[in-house]
Amino acid sequence: MNNYNALIIDHSRPGRRGYTLRNTEVDQIDLSEVFGSDLLRKESAELPEVSEPEVVRHFTNLSKKNFAVDEGMYPLGSCTMKYNPKINEEVAALAGFNNVHPLQPMSTVQGSLEVMYGLQNALKSISGMDQVSLLPSAGSQGELAGLMIIKAYLRENNQQYRNKIIIPDSSHGTNPASATMAGFETITIPSNENGTVDLQALKDAVGEDTAGFMLTNPNTLGLFETDILEIAEIVHGVGGLLYYDGANMNANLGITRPGDMGFDVLHYNLHKTFATPHGGGGPGSGPIGVKEKLVDFLPGHYIEKTDDGYTFSDNPKHTIGKVRSFHGNFGVMLKAYSYILSMGSDGLVSASQLAVLNANYLKESLKEDYVLPIKSVCKHEFVLSGLIEANGASTLDIAKRMMDYGYHPMTIYFPLIVEEAMMIEPTETETKETLDGFIIALKEIAEEAKTSPEKLKEAPISTLVRRLDEVTAARKPILTWK
Amino acid sequence: MHPYLAHTQEEIKEMLERIGLENIEDLFSDIPSEILFKEKLDFPVGKSELEIRDILYKLASENKSTLEYTSFLGGGAYDHYIPAIIPQLLLRQEFYTAYTPYQPEISQGTLQAIFEYQSMICELTGLQASNASLYDGATAAAEALFMAYEANKRKTFIINDTVNPETKKVIKTYLDFKGLSYVEAKSKDGLLDIDNLKEMLDSEVGAVLVQSPNYYGLVEDVEAIADLVHKNKSLLVQSADPISLGLFKTPGEIGADIAVGEGQVLGNTLNFGGPYLGYIACTKKLMRKLPGRIVGKTEDLDGKRGFVLTLQAREQHIRRERATSNITSNQALCALAANIYMAVMGKQGIQDVAKQCVDLSYYTAKALTANNNFKMKYNTPFFREFVIETPIKAADLLEKMLEKKFYAGIDLEPYTGSENELMIAVTEKMTKEKIDCFVKEMEACINE
Repeated sequence: MNNYNALIIDHSRPGRRGYTLRNTEVDQIDLSEVFGSDLLRKESAELPEVSEPEVVRHFTNLSKKNFAVDEGMYPLGSCTMKYNPKINEEVAALAGFNNVHPLQPMSTVQGSLEVMYGLQNALKSISGMDQVSLLPSAGSQGELAGLMIIKAYLRENNQQYRNKIIIPDSSHGTNPASATMAGFETITIPSNENGTVDLQALKDAVGEDTAGFMLTNPNTLGLFETDILEIAEIVHGVGGLLYYDGANMNANLGITRPGDMGFDVLHYNLHKTFATPHGGGGPGSGPIGVKEKLVDFLPGHYIEKTDDGYTFSDNPKHTIGKVRSFHGNFGVMLKAYSYILSMGSDGLVSASQLAVLNANYLKESLKEDYVLPIKSVCKHEFVLSGLIEANGASTLDIAKRMMDYGYHPMTIYFPLIVEEAMMIEPTETETKETLDGFIIALKEIAEEAKTSPEKLKEAPISTLVRRLDEVTAARKPILTWK
Repeated sequence: MHPYLAHTQEEIKEMLERIGLENIEDLFSDIPSEILFKEKLDFPVGKSELEIRDILYKLASENKSTLEYTSFLGGGAYDHYIPAIIPQLLLRQEFYTAYTPYQPEISQGTLQAIFEYQSMICELTGLQASNASLYDGATAAAEALFMAYEANKRKTFIINDTVNPETKKVIKTYLDFKGLSYVEAKSKDGLLDIDNLKEMLDSEVGAVLVQSPNYYGLVEDVEAIADLVHKNKSLLVQSADPISLGLFKTPGEIGADIAVGEGQVLGNTLNFGGPYLGYIACTKKLMRKLPGRIVGKTEDLDGKRGFVLTLQAREQHIRRERATSNITSNQALCALAANIYMAVMGKQGIQDVAKQCVDLSYYTAKALTANNNFKMKYNTPFFREFVIETPIKAADLLEKMLEKKFYAGIDLEPYTGSENELMIAVTEKMTKEKIDCFVKEMEACINE
């Protein structure tokens, strides 16, 4: 079906339909009588008129235009594209979980609450934090909630003058964006030549206006911030708080805990570390964890176990307020809990160890052909800086050529501090054979760059569409089929 | 080794050799020993798939789902019909195990699906631009007010006091931390009081957000305030349930600048509150202020049609602290469910569903109030949901009905202060037989 190239609206013919409803057996309401014609829509929405099989075939054909983890290696750095276990989908589809309304009485949702309670406790143990709120919808929203907590805490302590969040230049783009949304100003500090936090730059940046410092550890170069205790001392020393961006937690499970490193607040990405599917861009789930002094500021209730069963806690005393409706992305939490049950306290440690092993194996195998800016042992991911003998080939060209070899490209041009950055995160679920195949492909691409560079410039050639004109798309946006 | 992991001891050894290390622990030797975690994580070791099934099937059975109990719960999440094709198609691994379409050449499936979703959201709302979806209806409302702030830099907003309380809470949190705030316009007999709104409008007001149908299910005449709001140089935001847009005048026709709403009703299960999706659509003029992912149509090198993420200069990964929002991904799989729903229900189906909700909810209201034991709280047209006054405390009534396996509605006491108001939602899934039984049991409860 390579040539399938229709929009769903192209299949529309007047009078076709893809659904049935039952006869209600009740009186038909005359709409214009009840509502008056002023409130009613004059023309129907031009949604498609299509039969059920056409819809199924359309979306099945669309699905074939995607590359996904179940097909092959997807080494997007900082995205943790690990295998999504199928038992998780099976249990998440159970009618007893799916058909539960968020406003049902507590006594009727004990099963769901037990899942949330179990997940909450496992996350506390994994991070070394004192309490967890499962409410935020995604990592970025967890980050926002965490920064709001910092702000509310400072407000409560009459330290409103602390309005600066310090961020390393290697950080994820969400960090400064979330800080702005939480009403902070940001200060970006440069990294040192080893790719980690420049302690002197941090010391120079902190002061009485410091609200906090955001860090992911391992950082976006995949390097463990070994000075973390000193960093914590510097930040805490001036009265600031330490925020942990959990995007890179897949290196830490049962090995190190942000709570033991001095972090005060963090978010988790259940769709990364805990194997819930990325869904083509969501839904994720971004719980947050805090130390004792911040529990009163959490965005909403957490789960408590009482003699009468599981229940929601009272709203925390100084809560920042809710950041989304109801109780969060329960369906995602359920899959993460199923994953944690399966891996267990022992399996999660193996997962992190093998994720780090895989990353180092690739790093050591590729450094002869690709520029490796930082030589030291990496954690779950590492960053290359283009080809040693580029011969005009850019990181974009390499990424596009990888598609012809059947791999999803790595994260490219990030982190911003590395030129021609290629950020590779293989995850623990890739086998040695797969990694070896990936190494051979990247070596062949390196060879092609020397001998037949046009192959990289013209790539991809085996995909359904070739390189797309993004400039015109942005200049003259066409956002609908109308 | 765990079944999700493949490495044999031999392979681990070979790999370590290439790295130049002896033990797997050596990969962590750079970490200061005082922060290495030396205990065991505080939960059991890994379980077999059989055990996981036992545990989670049992927990699922401990819930009393809306299949077991007859539910009249709404309040922002509704039990609508979900065509069988939706869960089936969502399990296409090509959709659910892919990530954000960063590489368009191998992500045309996701990209085209989002383009179609955007197109149909624009059809439903009568507006010109939609993004790829937001977390839920509540955050979409908050993001709409941020858009207004970016457009006119005014720091106060007016919302009708009958906006969903969950939405109010989220808006309050989001605005508060940016130094912005809202005030509530009073309602009269359940509907927005236009005279009151007139008095409140001044040069500080960046936008007026009206939910219609409002929290009590009442349909607002949003058109009547459009001129008023625009003369004040404020933006008009309508929060609208997408199913209701099958019947009612669109935000576009009314003159709204931005439309938002909870998209759960479009093919997504109740799921104890999530994941859902929020839709947001706006006029062409405001397009570049939209938060989050947007997909646009373009061509490849050979002139073949294709789709890409576009207008990315608004987003966090490019603009960092100056981005329009911090949102990174969307709710892609939920938006895909909405896309399939809008496609399969189509032009007629969305109207039929909305009409059946009207017919069945009016039937329920009429039957409940026939003996004058229950009274309608408001005498204005409603959609799918309505409020009755109960002769006994709503909380007591709910408890009695629970014993009879009914979720009879939402006690409005936390919102209105009255102990005798119950809100009841009726969708097209409800049958006449169940409604008749519900009415009989409700009557019985107050006579016990």
